[in-house]
Amino acid sequence: MLRVIVRRLLQLVVTLMALSALIFIWLRNLPGGPIEALLGERATPERRALLTKALGYDQPILVQYGKFMQRVLTGDFGNSIRSGDAVTEVIGRAFPATIELAVAALIIAIGLGVPLGYLAARYHGRLLDNLSIAGTLLGISIPIFFLGYLLKDVFTQNIHWFPPSGRLSTGLDNTEITGFFVLDGLLTREFDATADALWHLVLPAVTLATIPLAVIVRITRASVLDVLNEDYVRTAEAKGLRHKTIRGRHILRNALLPVVTTIGLQTGALLSGAVLTEKVYNWGGLGTLIYDSISGGRDYPVLQALILLAALVFVVVNLLVDVSYAFIDPRVRVR
Amino acid sequence: MQAGRLKAAVALAAVAALAVGASGCAKSERDGDSGGAKTGGTFVFAGTSNPKNFDPIFNDDGESFRPIRQMYDTLVQNKPGTADLVGALAEKWEHDESGKVWTFHLRKGVKFHDGTDFNAAAVCFNFDRWYNMKGAAAQSQMIYYSDTFGGFAKNEAEGVGKPVYNKCEAKDDGTAVITMNQYKGAFPGAFALTALSIASPDALKKYDADTVKQNGDSFEYSAFANEHPVGTGPFKFGGWDKAKNEITLERNPDYWGEKAKVDKLVIKVIPDENTRKQELRAGTVQGIDFPAPADRKALSGEGFQVLDRPAFNILYLGINQKNPKLKDLRVRQAIAYALNRQQLVQTKGPGGTKVADEFMPDTVAGYANDVQKYEYNPEKAKQLLKEAGAEGLTLNFYYPTDVTRPYMPNPQEIFTVLANDLQAVGIKVNGVARPWNGGYKDDIQQFGKQDLHLLGWTGDYNDPGNFVGTFFGRGKVEFGDQAMTEMFDAISKADATVDDAGKKAAWEQVNRDIASKWLPAVPIWHAPPAIVVAKNVKGLVASPLTDERFNTVSVS
Repeated sequence: MLRVIVRRLLQLVVTLMALSALIFIWLRNLPGGPIEALLGERATPERRALLTKALGYDQPILVQYGKFMQRVLTGDFGNSIRSGDAVTEVIGRAFPATIELAVAALIIAIGLGVPLGYLAARYHGRLLDNLSIAGTLLGISIPIFFLGYLLKDVFTQNIHWFPPSGRLSTGLDNTEITGFFVLDGLLTREFDATADALWHLVLPAVTLATIPLAVIVRITRASVLDVLNEDYVRTAEAKGLRHKTIRGRHILRNALLPVVTTIGLQTGALLSGAVLTEKVYNWGGLGTLIYDSISGGRDYPVLQALILLAALVFVVVNLLVDVSYAFIDPRVRVR
Repeated sequence: MQAGRLKAAVALAAVAALAVGASGCAKSERDGDSGGAKTGGTFVFAGTSNPKNFDPIFNDDGESFRPIRQMYDTLVQNKPGTADLVGALAEKWEHDESGKVWTFHLRKGVKFHDGTDFNAAAVCFNFDRWYNMKGAAAQSQMIYYSDTFGGFAKNEAEGVGKPVYNKCEAKDDGTAVITMNQYKGAFPGAFALTALSIASPDALKKYDADTVKQNGDSFEYSAFANEHPVGTGPFKFGGWDKAKNEITLERNPDYWGEKAKVDKLVIKVIPDENTRKQELRAGTVQGIDFPAPADRKALSGEGFQVLDRPAFNILYLGINQKNPKLKDLRVRQAIAYALNRQQLVQTKGPGGTKVADEFMPDTVAGYANDVQKYEYNPEKAKQLLKEAGAEGLTLNFYYPTDVTRPYMPNPQEIFTVLANDLQAVGIKVNGVARPWNGGYKDDIQQFGKQDLHLLGWTGDYNDPGNFVGTFFGRGKVEFGDQAMTEMFDAISKADATVDDAGKKAAWEQVNRDIASKWLPAVPIWHAPPAIVVAKNVKGLVASPLTDERFNTVSVS
């Protein structure tokens, strides 16, 4: 077992090293490099030369990469071109925003998805079931970008129920502790900030929740339908158990296993959906950061760190899945 | 177990009730903000990107300058709504006959936000600070300073040039005398540059303003630049919440000039153009910049005030003489005659756009009213191409994507119209689209890959050198490193002329010769960029230099 983990950890290091080199070289060879991003429209040949030398771009790419890795190994990803702040600080600021949004979306998706899926299965073939099938189809196929703008148009421009963008109302004085605004408001007893943060959270969370919600409804429905036909359900019914007990203990509990797996998978999808949702609602999280780092002035150091972070998360999650398989299935351990 | 569930349910209900109650409360506070008296209250303006920092000398972009302008003053300033100069921290100024010695008579009784006195010593401290700045990281970021003052006491790079600045002396508290090594046409206009704002010497020292550290691909600025900017302006720094993307400025009750009408000024950063518009409509911001030309009508129809800034810019069609065919003046003239610029202005220009005949607006001294004009004449274009033996010419025409500029709100549409005009006279056009931040500027200005391209400029101050000199004052890759020494000499001579009348005449001649003898590019249009504010906002004066000061703004 230990050998499997050690081997995978070594693979992880090699993967990340290779990836970092690829990203480094790729970014430096994209048209319009950091020099252009830093100097803007007033670049003269002399100023380009000065900056090229100052940033060490006149050195061989391997030397540049070596210096970069040296810094990265000490946890220093450099500073953002745009703001001048340390990259770790910039990402640290955006991270809670994305997590807050993703958690809210997940709560909506699970909170609505499981009961809806269960009901659809129970009333199999009836109106509610048909409606849920049609609804989930729409939910899966509607582009997030379009849905975001649609919701915004309706709820912020026509009926002014929600704010069009951001995480808090302008000028609202809140104390930041964790960066999760809803939580911070509760911790500091600034309940108006919590309410305001929730108020801002509704539309983006609904937008982001649509796809996972639809998927969860479908999986729950299918899974409950499967379980309904299992022998043990029939046995329970034959034993004359109360319906409530059968529903809760026998059907739902067993049907939820594939649903939980799906929720795990959807969490990954949520983070990629966040890029679009955050863009539409000017959310200020990792998604906005990725978008702005590419389009608004090519913030290479931030982009570099973000890609590595995403890769790290991906590789670590995979590692955990593999390790957990090894726990569940002894045959994996022997191989 | 049962009790636990009950507790959870109660807690949940309490949080929900609290949220609803507090939401109502927050909402009423918000409503209270926008109502109320003519003075006081908050003005929220939507910016398009985060500022770099608040140390004026290290900045060169409009989004950094917007808050900086509210917090600092310069020695001289642009009269609101124009590019003309008026006194600011200096009430009067004059130079000697050589144009090298500038005397500033300073305003008395002015204080920095930290309570220290503004005086001649403070002025000299700032000028000396800029001149003595050390380190490649710092010097490479002082773009406006090196444009106007050439080099530093100790240059970190080759070819930066000889320093223009010599010394600054405080004759007495109210008189600062700045001596230059040479006269430059940029002055006194350049003294009004936001980058040359005067900061508190105490704060600069206390918060280590001169330390610009290079780290990886970028630079880290001081606490002065990020957290403690101190000037003399109508607003003081309140805070920069980077998680919320908001910059808060507070009214300076001791301001020497017209005191701010609002208590608070918030600049909220919203990169997406559509979202800025929605925020304006939702009433959560009261002002936005650079609306898309297509939105202007709708917005003013909805009751928003769309204020046109007088156009202080130029869009031109660059011609790269690296292509031997384009070295022939007749071919460049044929291109000029082929373009139906009047129609372009009418169909694609924002309201108030004017056809350009010169590379600077007509409000700049030195504009000649009698230059050769290139009215739309496709027949003449064809004839000139024939004479030059350039029939069947094929040209690579570069245009940028992913960008709107004040002088070029819709690059692709402009390209399409111009390309059609050129094709109509028999020039084959090979359109090449490049992302603005993804190689366009490199391809144009560093590698010179294009035959034709679109580019422009918004002026920084009222001087022909800032327009014509910037474009054509020396050989540039953009125009094929053309060896037009006659043009370069004429421009540097005009720029070095000290007396006003002589200077005006020299620049007029330069403009005439550019149009008839040299034609390194074709001027297209001057387009007024707009700024939009809500119905209840009063007192905003749109500036041709985008130099809006929000102290005169009130929100009713």
